[in-house]
Order: sequence, then C-alpha cells, then structure tokens
Amino acid sequence: MTMLEGRTGSWEVVIGLEVHAQVISNAKLFSGASTAFGAEPNSQVSIVDAAMPGMLPVVNERCLEQAVRTGLALGAKINLHSVFARKNYFYPDLPQGYQISQFEEPIVGEGEVLVDMEDGVTKTVGIERLHLEQDAGKSLHDQSPAKSFIDLNRSGVSLMEIVSKPDMRSAEEASAYVSKLRSILRYIGSCDGNMQEGSLRCDANVSVRKPGDELGTRCEIKNVNSLRFLRQAIEYEAARQVEIIEDGGTINQETRLYDSGKGETRSMRSKEEAHDYRYFPDPDLLPITLTPEFVETQRAALPELPDEKKNRFIADYGLSIYDAGVLVAERDTADFFESVANGRDAKIVANWVISELFGRLNKAGKDINDSPVSAHSLGGLIDLIADDTISGSIAKKVFDDMFETGKEAAIIVKEQGLEQVTDTGAIEGIIDQVIADNPDKVAEYRGGKDKLFGFFVGQTMRASQGKANPGMVNDLLRKKLDG
Amino acid sequence: MSSELTGLTLATARDGLAKGDFTSVELTQAHVAAVEAVRPLNAYITETPEKALEMAAESDKRIAAGKAGAMEGLPIAIKDLFCTKGVLTTAGSHILDGFHPTYESTVTANLFGAGAVMLGKVNLDEFAMGSANMTSYYGAVENPWKRKDDKKTKLVPGGSSGGSAAAVAARAALAATGTDTGGSIRQPASFTGIVGLKPTYGRCSRWGTVAFASSLDQAGPMTRSVRDAAIMLGAMAGFDPKDSTSMDKPVPNFEAALDGGVKGMRIGIPREYRMDGMPAEIEKLWQQGIGWLKGAGATIVDIDLPHTKYALAAYYIVAPAEASSNLARYDGVRYGLRVPGQTLQEMYENTRAEGFGREVKRRVLIGTYVLSAGYYDAYYLKAQKVRSRIAGDFRDAFDHVDAILAPTAPNAAFGQGENMDDPIAMYLNDVFTVPASLAGLPAISVPAGLSAEGLPLGLQIIGRPFDEETVLRAARSLEDAADFDTKPDFIAGR
Repeated sequence: MTMLEGRTGSWEVVIGLEVHAQVISNAKLFSGASTAFGAEPNSQVSIVDAAMPGMLPVVNERCLEQAVRTGLALGAKINLHSVFARKNYFYPDLPQGYQISQFEEPIVGEGEVLVDMEDGVTKTVGIERLHLEQDAGKSLHDQSPAKSFIDLNRSGVSLMEIVSKPDMRSAEEASAYVSKLRSILRYIGSCDGNMQEGSLRCDANVSVRKPGDELGTRCEIKNVNSLRFLRQAIEYEAARQVEIIEDGGTINQETRLYDSGKGETRSMRSKEEAHDYRYFPDPDLLPITLTPEFVETQRAALPELPDEKKNRFIADYGLSIYDAGVLVAERDTADFFESVANGRDAKIVANWVISELFGRLNKAGKDINDSPVSAHSLGGLIDLIADDTISGSIAKKVFDDMFETGKEAAIIVKEQGLEQVTDTGAIEGIIDQVIADNPDKVAEYRGGKDKLFGFFVGQTMRASQGKANPGMVNDLLRKKLDG
Repeated sequence: MSSELTGLTLATARDGLAKGDFTSVELTQAHVAAVEAVRPLNAYITETPEKALEMAAESDKRIAAGKAGAMEGLPIAIKDLFCTKGVLTTAGSHILDGFHPTYESTVTANLFGAGAVMLGKVNLDEFAMGSANMTSYYGAVENPWKRKDDKKTKLVPGGSSGGSAAAVAARAALAATGTDTGGSIRQPASFTGIVGLKPTYGRCSRWGTVAFASSLDQAGPMTRSVRDAAIMLGAMAGFDPKDSTSMDKPVPNFEAALDGGVKGMRIGIPREYRMDGMPAEIEKLWQQGIGWLKGAGATIVDIDLPHTKYALAAYYIVAPAEASSNLARYDGVRYGLRVPGQTLQEMYENTRAEGFGREVKRRVLIGTYVLSAGYYDAYYLKAQKVRSRIAGDFRDAFDHVDAILAPTAPNAAFGQGENMDDPIAMYLNDVFTVPASLAGLPAISVPAGLSAEGLPLGLQIIGRPFDEETVLRAARSLEDAADFDTKPDFIAGR
C-alpha cells in the first residue's frame, strides 16, 4: 500500500472521485439542441436551454440508453425506477435557476471497475452510483473589462456523473481508475473521454488518516481536467492536509480548486458557505420507468469490454498480461492489433504494434486512427520478414519509410532492392571476399580467438548492405572458417 | 347589433357565422369596441385589435371556403400567462417587462389553429398567485358585478384568472382561457357568474404557459355556458409531446357528451365539505343543487373524503415549493426586467426585489423554506403524502359515485382591499377547489344562484380523471335547472 510519510509517521491517503462524462448523443438531455463542440457561442441553444418562460424538458431517450449501457459496462445495478430532481441555485450560466439532475433515485446503482496498476496488482474500485444531469453553460469573463458574457451552448448537454467509493489510496490509483473508466466509456461509445474539450472532468474527494483510523475530514477538489493535474492536485492536497494535522490543526471540510499554474489547491467555499440545493423531484418530468427487457436489449448490444478483450488476448494469442493490457486500452488499437494478428504470429505482431508503431505514433503526436501505416500494410511488412524476404533489421528501416510515405512494404523493398540475399552462392562469394581481405584475422580466429566470429558476421553483412540472410551468413561462415 | 353580437355564446356565434348572419370581422369589430368599453374594469393588459381583425378576416375566408375550425372566427381573450408569439406576455409581473415571446404556447396555438380570434391578453394575479386579482403589477381587476345595496364598493373578480372572468362576464370576449392551479379558473367563474372548467391534469399541454406550480397548473376554458366550455376545451386539449406530463389520450367530442342528462348518475356529496362557519347561503345553494340533480334523476350518495381538512395546508406547501424553483429563472440575465447592481449578487437582489410583488415574494420564501435542508421531510414530503391520501380519498369515492357536487367557493365576491391584511383568509377562498387540484381531477364551476347581496355563486362538479364528459353532462343539468340569467351591473357597451 502506498503511504505518505510525514513527520509523525505514515499516512494513508483516501480518494473518491466524481467523474462527469458528457454523454455522446446528437441532442441535449432535455431539448432538441445540438451538442457539437466548438460552435459559435450561443448558436446551439434552444428556448428550452435558455429557460424561456413556459418551456418544459422532455427527456432524450438516447441519453437514458447511454446511461444504462454505461451502468451495464460497469457491472452496476440498473434501477428500473429513477427520478429526475431539481438542484436549485442561482448562477448566470444556469438559466433555469436549477439543474435537472438525479438525487435520491439515480438511474444506476452500485458497480465496480478493475484497475491494473503498473506493479501488476489489480485494484477493485467500487462505483457508488451513476446519474444523469444537465451541464451548465459557460461564463466568459475575458471579453470585456466590466461585463461577463454567457455562452449557453453547453447548457443542457447531458452528463453522466459517475461517483466512486472512497476506494483509491494514491494519486496513481486515482489516475489509473480514470484511465480505465475512460477506456470503458470509449469502448461502448457513451462518452468520447476527451478531457481537453471537457467531455470528461473529475472532482476528487481527498482525505488522509493514520492506517486503521476512521476516515478523515475530506476536501473536494473541483473540476480537474487532465490526469496529470489530477495526480498533482491529489498529491498537493494530501501533503497539505498531513502538514496541517501534524502541525496540530484540523481539516475543514470545504470545496477547493486546483490551480494548475501554481500547482496548488485553494479554498473555494467552506462547508458553512455550501449551498442548500433544495433538491426535490422535478414536477415537469415523470419518473423514468425502464423494463427489464429494455435493459436486456442494451446488455445484449454491448460490445466486448476491455477486461473481456484482455482476457481473450491472453488466452487466444498467448500475450503477456502487460501487452494485452496495453493493446486493449483503446478499442481502435485492439482492433488494429487483431486485424494484423489474423493469420500471423500474434506475439510478433504485438511487439511490432507496441514497440515500433506506438513509439512512432507517440513521437509524431498521432493516434492509431491517423496512423500512416494501416493494419494491412503492417501485416504485409511482417509477412516479408516471415518469408525471409527481408531481415528484421532491414524491416525496421522499411517501417520508417512506410511511416514516412505511407507506401506498402513490398514496394519499398522492391524500389530500394532490399530483398534479403538467400542465394548460397552469392553469400559464399561475399564471405570468400571477406576472408581474402582479412587473412590475419582469419589466422587469429583459427588460432582460437572465437570472439572474432562476430567480426566476420559484421563484415559480411556490411558487404551485403545488410541484405544477406543472417542465419545463412552464420552457417556459411562457420563452414568456411571452421571447416 | 353590436351588443347583440357580444351577448352571444360561442355556440350561437358559431352557428350565426355558419349561417352567414354576420361575419367574423363584424363579430370581432363588436368585440374590439367592447374591449375598449370595458377598460374601466382593467381586465385587459394588452389589447390586440389589429391582430384580432386580421385573424377575423382570415377566418371569414376559411368559413367561405368551407374550412371552418371548431372555434372559427370566435373572438376570445387570452390570460396573460400564455406565451403568445410576438405579443407582450407579462404574467401580471413587473419582472417580465417587455417580454415578447418568440413562440406560441401549445394551448393558444391549438385555439388559433381551430380558428379562434385573439382580442388581447387579460389581467391576472401576478404569476397566477392570488384569489382576488389584487396582486397584478398591472393593477387590480374590477368585478363587473356590484352588491345590490352597495353600488359603490368595487368588488374583486376572484383570481387568479380575474381578467378572464371579468372580460367574459362583462361581454368583452365570448370566452377566455384561464389556468387553474388551486382554483384559479373555478373561483373567479363563481365570483363573476360564468362557467369555468379545470380539466384533468395532463389534458391540456402546459408548454408555453408561464409556470406557477408545475404539478398543479392546468389550462381550461372560461365561458358563458357549459356548451361553450365543451366546445372550447375540445379546441384547447390534446397530447403534446413537448410536455412530458401531458397525457396521450384521444380528445373526445365534449359537445356531443352534453346530452343525456344525469338520470341514473350517482352524485357524491362529501360530508367533509361542510365546514364550520360556512355561510348559510352557500349551504342553501348546495342543497338546492342536490335537489336539482335529484330532480333530474340522479342518485345522491353521501361520501367521505376524510383528508379534506389537510388539503389547503398541503396545497400551500406544494405550490409555493414548486413556484420557488419555477420562478428562479427570472434573474435579470436573459429577458425581462434587469435592475443593475455593483455585483452579480446585487443585480439578482435588485431585480427580484423590484420585479416581484409581495405575494410572489411571500410564496417564493415559503417555498424555499419548505424545501430547505432539515425542513424538507416535515413540510414538502409530508405535504406530498397528504396529497396522495387526498387522491386516494377521491379514488375510493369514485368507486361509488360518478361525480361529486360541492360549492365552488365559501363566499361570493368581496370588496377590493378586503382580506388583504390576512393571507390565510385569502387562501381560504380555495378551500373547495384545492382538493380536486391536488388530485388532478376535472372540475367545473357553474353559476347556480345569487347571494343575499345579489352576487353570483357557483356550484362545482368534480369528476374522475379524464372524465370531463360526465362532468360536463352533470354541469349541463345544473345549468338547466339553475337557469341563471342575471346579468352583471357592468356590460361592455351598454
């Protein structure tokens, strides 16, 4: 268990997360307005979103489906009866003066997420609940010195709030949990997981305690929008709390904000200043009633989930747990791998995808969907190695060219004449020449200096411009030198 | 000619238009004049004569083409709680200053789609909160009726649909839309000697109607006959996918349901509606109504609605709770009044302090209080429990009866300024109307007689959910027997 070392001993950090995930749907949760990101301010606002007098919400069935699908993917209980409630508070980017959310009766109950840590340990993080709610608009404070402007494009967009249990014990666990959650959401297509655009944001509840003690007083850090900031915020906050307690102080329950510029959290409002949201069931909406058949239909239509896929990759392709985990994190990557692995040596394919392709993609800042090398092309390259057309080392150079130009491996090999030389006569010719050019080395080798064998291999390969089949070079050299 | 035209009912005007006795433009011109003549009552907030005449001209074309709708060419008033596209919509509140909706409420769209002509927007208690039409930012509405021995005292028309009631009673509209949350159609109908029907919750769409209490608000017709109420309800009602609480049920031909009488009908008389201190004339009127229905062949059955005594208290928790949330959107940010301040908080405070009247503020405060942490269970949740008990009382009663007869209000119209220092006394006006509202049931008020002071008094028929047909049939029977034909003191243009 990860502990935080303080002056008075070890501290356990306890973390629970509330993740807000924007639902993938064409329209908002209760209005027909579009949800596309990046549109002109206030261009995607219906009269419902602007809370004009007499406007009424009508729930978007697609959002209910997405919440149920997500609940099922988290192995959670689906509540056949749930209720939308109003959360009342005033803010200019909240046109109704209340957010329609779910309070006492959410659509999804308890579930769990398995999180693989780098040390190979699998951690189970409990899900407390998942509920649907409206997003607020955005206040723009930088458009005028004296005024604030409001952009309501996001107002009414459907969010899933996924609340974990306080099951995480380090910043790394929290970050790994969000990654895994994001992976699941992206697999089933209920959220695009884009943290930069704000499609996925989280609030972290952090407290510290001496191992075995009761839970400490928690602080909630609001609206963290990257995994790095999440880790930094948790680490800063835990250290801050330990310091206060070790200095004899107590933690005030409060809401804090992470300032990524300064790398610190600071107080937003204390518990005393906390809003009384006056939740009550929204009288404009009937309770949501789902049938077991509806839930089963959603369940049956779920794609293979990351954990299932990982287990299958291990069982069917003989991959290591680590490789399988890396390959299934993104559904597109897993699909890419499977497409290449089909009919080929899966371990070799996994190695190419993880070490060679991912490395180059990362460097180029691209993701698998804009990879210049298609699954089909990578398969072609691996086939050329398998049938001895090119050697492994030549293949890496060919792959560089493929990545650069998008050309097929076979064409590059042909254009540049990189086919492996497997003609015994031709290789023998090169070897004869190398032996003839290095009579003293030959004498030393034959005199017992075995290590020089590598020298002859290198010379032969170089003379063949790397194209000679390394296995044949080895065999023939031994024959000529030893024989 | 013109007072003959304004004295028609929807049904007789419809028939006259069909026969070509007059045109909609003529009918509308007569009403436009009546709207001007009725100004002393302050019934209209906004008059729309030009729009009315344009609509009438279009109606005449459709009538000529044989394409008349159910309300074709009939001039009506619209309670200023319904959003009307391009026409100032105030809800009787300062806070909606200058608000011209870009959309048409479903109910008005339905009415206009059926050919109705809009004369203007009529006054109401601010955000429909009131029982006397004394809380409107646009001033009090005066009842066209006067006490027989006191022609000086100005009387209230009831509320909140006071402008609708006064306009219809004074012949300044053939009919008007109303909305009823706890009695806002029925009580003013009773006070002004007209018919007011609150349909089943979910019968008419709430989309585009400024919300007071969402789980109670229901639009309905205010007319001068039961037949007119049937005609107009048919044009207003219908499933609306834009309102999640509107019911997907076919709209019956209500007018066709009027005939048949009450023979064999079982009419329930709730014991609990006999309240301490109820004026003898109300009791007498009620007995009269019982006699009429009995005489028409109905069976009278005593019933129990045991939770009635808690209804008013529950209503004055649930309605303000919902209102406190519904009115949060009036914040000065996007439309209506904005009173600037140094900070955002100040702007909110200034805008809402100046924009809302006393009664609205009182209810927002009550509503906020009953939803607050620590009080929610004791007030709001308890009130909701009472509400389901009350609905249960009615369900049980309707196992034995087809409709219920009760007084509409515990008194006749009172003077402007009376009951103003005691909100509870004002709230007691709703004591007979609130239970049906809480249970979402259809209920109608029919003018049935006069008080000792010579003021109209209504009787109320309450029915099963979505059984407006039985309600209308029983009301028709009462109307026949009562033969109420006394006119108010003030009639437009006379």
